[in-house]
Amino acid sequence: MDPLVHLENAGVSLGGKPILRHVDFSLQPGQVAGIAGPNGSGKTTLIRLLTTLLRISEGAGSVLGADVTSDEVFTVRPSIGMIGHNPALIDELTLRENLVHVVRLAGLAEERVDPVLDVVGLDEASDRRADASSFGMRRRIEVAHLLLTRPRLLLLDEATSGLDNSARELIDALKDRTIADGGGVVMVSHDHQRLDASCDEVMALSSGRLESAR
Amino acid sequence: MSFWNQSLEIARVDLRVERRLGDTLRIVLPFAVVALMVFPLSLGIELATISRIGPAVFWALGILFGMQVALRLSAADTQERRDLHALLGVDPAARFVGRVLSGGVLMLAFLVVLFIAMVLIYGPTLPSGSWSTVLLGTVLFSIGLTELGTLAGEITAGLRNRTALASLIVAPLALPLVIGASQSLEALSRGAGILPWVLLMLATDLALAVIGVGMARPLEEATR
Repeated sequence: MDPLVHLENAGVSLGGKPILRHVDFSLQPGQVAGIAGPNGSGKTTLIRLLTTLLRISEGAGSVLGADVTSDEVFTVRPSIGMIGHNPALIDELTLRENLVHVVRLAGLAEERVDPVLDVVGLDEASDRRADASSFGMRRRIEVAHLLLTRPRLLLLDEATSGLDNSARELIDALKDRTIADGGGVVMVSHDHQRLDASCDEVMALSSGRLESAR
Repeated sequence: MSFWNQSLEIARVDLRVERRLGDTLRIVLPFAVVALMVFPLSLGIELATISRIGPAVFWALGILFGMQVALRLSAADTQERRDLHALLGVDPAARFVGRVLSGGVLMLAFLVVLFIAMVLIYGPTLPSGSWSTVLLGTVLFSIGLTELGTLAGEITAGLRNRTALASLIVAPLALPLVIGASQSLEALSRGAGILPWVLLMLATDLALAVIGVGMARPLEEATR
């Protein structure tokens, strides 16, 4: 089976400074990989590399079959879902309007918005503006977006930080559904225990180098 | 989703955000109208001079304040929003066109209100056919300035002091638009043809559209 992600001796430099070096990484369909590391170790850079939004400076690799050094990545990006540090919402829109915006751009039916708002527990708060909503609510909209767009590759960058248990359960459900659909998940966290409990494989990132942790 | 539907969705959301923030019509426009009043106040009761300089002041303020309107939309664009659009498969060229549509509507509304204010304050003697010429000039000027502002916003995305840098890009490149718009009205008052000036603005708008659409993807990739 072809891997969802395959990086070989990949490196990323930003502003001439190497951030990631000699990274070998592979993710198979149905696999959950965890990446642990201290602040500044390059975790977010690695996640951005996996989104294909950041290009590698050296080495080779593919994401969802697309060569990461080529323009093939444009075609696979809609199959990649990411939850990053800051929810990507437009502050002046309501939570519902933010989700409708995503649904329209993704070319999905707008009728699917209300049921998924119910699933993430925002049916009653959906008319609240994003900038007047809590971090957890904004995060739930991102989960709703990914439940609708069903990415094959799900990237979670400290996605559960600052969330209550019910919101964490939603992210777990999103992860489980991605795996059930035959996709793969990469989780990044400081929390080794959570990674150990959730992932098939955990790797440690230190000073831009990736090593197996268990 | 088709290219045009993506563009329209980007424009729809931009305009909704602007309606709620009201930056253009509630902040930029009142300042521009106050600036219009400065010249008559400083010239005293020289009504003939005031009447004569009205259109020139309008275009000068149009470029100064219009630049703020043009740069406002892209200045509000966060890295997270750009990433979200990329991961949703939004064509960067569609983003450019959407921004130009929403910015163009805002700019046009801004300039039309500013022109009416100029007519009321300065009382210029406008030759027949002025209103249609001004409207045509304003539409072409709005499109061109918004294209420039959107392009400058993309070029400076992610940089510190992006607003100042973007202004430095827009100001000199907007000269053909200012010349075309101001000279078309001037030509009309002299009884000369306006076609060369309209063509100058049209050519500038088309060139900026081709550059904006063609460079949208490379610029977006380069500025991440």
